[in-house]
Amino acid sequence: MIAPPGYAREREGTQPPYDYPPYTSTIKRHPTRALIDAPHTLSEVTGPTFDDLWCGPNAADLTRVRGRGGEAQGQRIIVSGRVVDEAGRPVRGTLVEVWQANAAGRYHHGSDLHDAPLDPNFTGAGQVVTDDVGRYRFLTIRPGAYPWRNTYNAWRPAHIHFSVFGPSFATRLITQMYFEGDPLLATDPVFHSIPDSAARERLIAAYDPNLSEAEYALGYAWDIVLRGRLETPAERAR
Amino acid sequence: MTLVPTGSQTIGPFFREALERPAWSDLTRDGAAGETIRIEGVVRDGDGAPVPDALLEIWQADADGRYTHPDDIGPVPRDRLFRGFGRACTDADGRYWFRTVVPGAVAGPDGVAQAPHANLTIFARGLLKRLVTRIYFADRANENARDPLLSSIADADVRATLIAQRTDHANAPAVYRFDVVLQGAGETAFLAI
Repeated sequence: MIAPPGYAREREGTQPPYDYPPYTSTIKRHPTRALIDAPHTLSEVTGPTFDDLWCGPNAADLTRVRGRGGEAQGQRIIVSGRVVDEAGRPVRGTLVEVWQANAAGRYHHGSDLHDAPLDPNFTGAGQVVTDDVGRYRFLTIRPGAYPWRNTYNAWRPAHIHFSVFGPSFATRLITQMYFEGDPLLATDPVFHSIPDSAARERLIAAYDPNLSEAEYALGYAWDIVLRGRLETPAERAR
Repeated sequence: MTLVPTGSQTIGPFFREALERPAWSDLTRDGAAGETIRIEGVVRDGDGAPVPDALLEIWQADADGRYTHPDDIGPVPRDRLFRGFGRACTDADGRYWFRTVVPGAVAGPDGVAQAPHANLTIFARGLLKRLVTRIYFADRANENARDPLLSSIADADVRATLIAQRTDHANAPAVYRFDVVLQGAGETAFLAI
C-alpha cells in the first residue's frame, strides 16, 4: 500500500513552545525530553469526521440559553470567518467548538472564582459545523477581561476559545481569538508565547462592518488556517 | 502553501461547559465488533501531582484495523457502528478512562504493519499546544517489537512509557493502564507529528 501524503510540518516561530516561563503554568507541565519525530501514517492523516449530527446540532447563538426566555447581558457581536488550509482551500464539515467568559469576565464553570456576576442567560458555549465554503458564524456577546494569578495584577485580554478538528488527527487545533485594540494584549504571556509577531497578530479578529447587523450586533472577522496537506511524494519531508 | 497555520493557545482551565461530553468516553456506545476494553490512567505533572484540568482525545482504528475516514481505503470492510474517536476530561484526581475495543493492526510506512495502537492527544492548562502520543498494548509484544515507531526509540525505558499494561477482570472488560506523565521521572514519550 502506498503511504498517503502527510501534512506540512510546523514552521519556525509560528507556534508557541511548551516551556514558556512567563506563563507560569507551563513550568511543571512542559515535557523536558525532545519530541520524537513521527512520520505521518494512516493514523495521523485520518481523523474524526463530523458530516452528520453525531456531534449534536449546531448551537451558533450564545446569547440565549435553550429553555430560558431571557437574553445574555452585554454587547452583541457576530464572529464569523472561514476555516481553510495553508493553500486557502476550505475545510468543510468540520466541528468548531467555542467557549468564553460572560460580559463581566466570568466563566460558567465551577472553578472560576472571580468575583464578577454570573449571567443566568449565558453559558458561553457554542458549536457549529463549517459549511461548504468552510464558513462558521456565531452570535454572542463580547467577553469581558478577567484577572488571573499568573503574576500580580495580571488580566487576560478579552478572548474566545476555539477548538477545531480539520480533516485529520494531525490538523487538530485549540486556540484563542482576541479583539483588535485590546490594551491587555501588550502584556499577555499566552498571546506573546507565539514568537513570530505576524503569526501572533493573526489571532486578533478585525472589526468588520460588513458582518455587523444594523441596530443589532457588531461584526468581527476571523479566519482559521489549519495545516495543509502535501500533494506529491517530492514534497514529502519524510 | 501560502498561508501560515493559526497558532495554538492553551485550552485553559474553563473548557468543560463546551467540551465535556461524557458519552464520548465510550467508543463502543453504538456497538462495536471486537474485544471491549477499558483504557484508564492518571495524568501527572512534574511534581507527580495529578492534573485535574486535562482533556484527552483518542483516535483509533476498529478491530480490523480500519479507520472511519475516507482516506482509509483498505480492503477490509469497516465497522459501521464504531467511530474511532473519544474524548475524556480528567477528574479531580487526574484520572481519565475510555471504553473501546482493541484496534487492529494498521498499514504503516513502506508496507510495514504498525502494531495495534490508539493515538492520544492531551490538552491542559499550562500546555500552550497539545501533546501527542500513542497507546500500545503490552500483550502484543511480537507486533510491538516490529512496530516502526516503537523501533525508532532506542531507550527501552522511554519506549515503555507508550505501552499500556493489561489487567484481566472476571465478568468485566480487561483494563489497560496508561498514565501520562507530562514531565520528569517516567516522562511519557511525546511525538512531533
